[in-house]
Amino acid sequence: MIQGALKTTGAPSLEELKKSPAFPRAEDYQIGPIAVIECIEEIPCNPCETSCPKGSISIGKPITNLPRIDFNRCSGCGICVAACPGLAIYIKDYTYSQDEALVTFPYEYIPLPEPGDTVILVNRQGQEICEGLVKKVNSAKAFQQTTLVSVSYPKQHFEEVVNMKRR
Amino acid sequence: MHKASVVIIGAGPAGLCAAIEAAKAGAKVLVLDENLKPGGQLFKQIHKFFGSKEHKAGTRGYEIGVELLKEAEVLNIDVWLNTEVCGIDKEKNIWAVRNGKDAVHIAAERIILATGAIENAVAFPGWTLPGVMGAGAAQTMINIHRVLPGKRVVMLGSGNVGVIVSYQLMQAGADVSAIVEASPTLGGYGVHTAKVRRAGVPFYTSHSISKVIGKEKVEAVEIVALDQQWRPINGTKKVLEADTICLAAGLSPLTELAWIAGCQFHYIPELGGHLPIHNRYMETTAAGIYVAGDITGIEEASTAMEEGMLAGINAAASLGFYSQKEKEQLSAIVWDRLDALRCGYFGQKRKTAKERMISVGKKVIG
Repeated sequence: MIQGALKTTGAPSLEELKKSPAFPRAEDYQIGPIAVIECIEEIPCNPCETSCPKGSISIGKPITNLPRIDFNRCSGCGICVAACPGLAIYIKDYTYSQDEALVTFPYEYIPLPEPGDTVILVNRQGQEICEGLVKKVNSAKAFQQTTLVSVSYPKQHFEEVVNMKRR
Repeated sequence: MHKASVVIIGAGPAGLCAAIEAAKAGAKVLVLDENLKPGGQLFKQIHKFFGSKEHKAGTRGYEIGVELLKEAEVLNIDVWLNTEVCGIDKEKNIWAVRNGKDAVHIAAERIILATGAIENAVAFPGWTLPGVMGAGAAQTMINIHRVLPGKRVVMLGSGNVGVIVSYQLMQAGADVSAIVEASPTLGGYGVHTAKVRRAGVPFYTSHSISKVIGKEKVEAVEIVALDQQWRPINGTKKVLEADTICLAAGLSPLTELAWIAGCQFHYIPELGGHLPIHNRYMETTAAGIYVAGDITGIEEASTAMEEGMLAGINAAASLGFYSQKEKEQLSAIVWDRLDALRCGYFGQKRKTAKERMISVGKKVIG
C-alpha cells in the first residue's frame, strides 16, 4: 500500500514525482517547452499516449503502466494536457526568457482568466507562490471544455508552480 | 400483457449498453426505468472518463450518455420511463407500475437486471438536518438541476466519488472547506486528490464527523481525530465552517429485484455485500435472468458498460441470435476490455473479487 504524501496529503511530493518515469530532470528543461506528467499511480488510462501527435508518450500494455516520455520528441504542444482525464499534465518552459518561465496548465473553473490578467500561481498544496501574467487562454473545441491557460512567472519559482488560484 | 424478447431493467450505462448489444443482435428489446430520463448517473458525470479509446476515455460522462441514447434510438429500442418494476415471477413475467398509477404486465423471454446502486448513509448527531446529503445527491443538484446546495461544503469520504464531487462543487461555485477521511490514507485516484489539493482543499485523514452544529440547518461541523482502531481521540475535536455536508461513504448494490426473481446470492464485501451469483456470461442462477453493472458489485460506469454489453450479447445468444462460437468470440473481446480496466493498484482487488464470483458462478450455473 502506498503511504507517501500523495495518499495522506492529496498531492504528490517532489520525491514521489522524481521516482516516476515521466518526471523531467533538470537538464530536460533546457530543451524548451516540455510536458510534465504528474501521474505516479497505476490507474487504467492512456489518452496521453494516444493523443500525442509525435508519439513521444508511451504506456503500452497493460494500460495501467505509468507513462514514459521522450523529451527529445516532445514539442510542448499541450494536446496531452487537455486529453488527460486526470488533469495531471502541464507544460513548462524554462527557456521562455531570461528571467521568466512559462507554464501552461489545464483549467476548468469559471470565470476564465483573460490574456493580460495578473493571476496568483499556486503550488501542489494550493499555497500561493507568486503572481503571473496570463499570456494565452486556449479553449479549442478539440480540448472538450478543458481550457489551457499559459502564464509567465519569475524563474526563481520554476519548480513549485503548477496551476493558478481559482478566482 | 405486453411481450418482449429481452427486457432490461435500468437505463443507466449498463442497461443501455445491454439494450444496444441485444438489439444489434436482432432481439426485440424493451428498457424500463423508474426515472423520468434515461442515462442513469451518466448525465451528471461531467468529468472526462479514464481508460483507453475503446472505453471512451477522455470523453465526458454526459457525452457518453448522449452517444448511447442516439445509438438506442437508431436501433428503435423501446424505453419506458417513469416505470417502476415491482415484481418478477418464475416465468419471467414482470409486474410494473407506469407513471405512478398504471399496473402493467410484461412477458419477457430474457431479463437483464441493471438496477445500479444506492449511496450509503452515515449517522452522526445532526445528520438529519437540512444541508446533510449524499455526495451523489449534491452532484445531481449541481450538474442536472443547476442548483448549488450550499456555499461551504465539508465532504465525508475521499474515494473517487468524494473527490470528484468536491471538484465539481468548486466548478459550480462552492468552496470545499475540507475532505474528511476515516482511514489513514486517501481512497481516490491520486490525480483527483491532487486536483482538489492544489485548489486549496485540505484533507483530514484519520478523522470523522462527530456532530453537526446547527438548529434548523447545518451551520458548522465538528470533526474528531480517530486512533488506529478508528475510535475518537479525546481532545482532538475541531469545528469547521460549513453549510453543507456531503456523504461519500460508498455505495450498496440495489439487489431487491434479484432477490424477488429468486436469484441465489454470494457475499463479497469488497464489492458491496450480498450479490446475485453470476457466471462470465452475466447469467444468474435464475434461468433467463442476467445482471450487469453495480448490481453485480460496485465499480464504475466504464466497467458497467462493458458488463452491460456482455449481458446483452449473451441474452441475445441464448435466444438463438448468435451461435455458440460467435457468443464466445464476442464475449472474449469484452472480457479483454474489462480485464484492462481491472488491473493495477486500484483494479486488482476488484478483479480478484470478481474472479471469486465468476468461479462460484461457474460451479453453480455452468
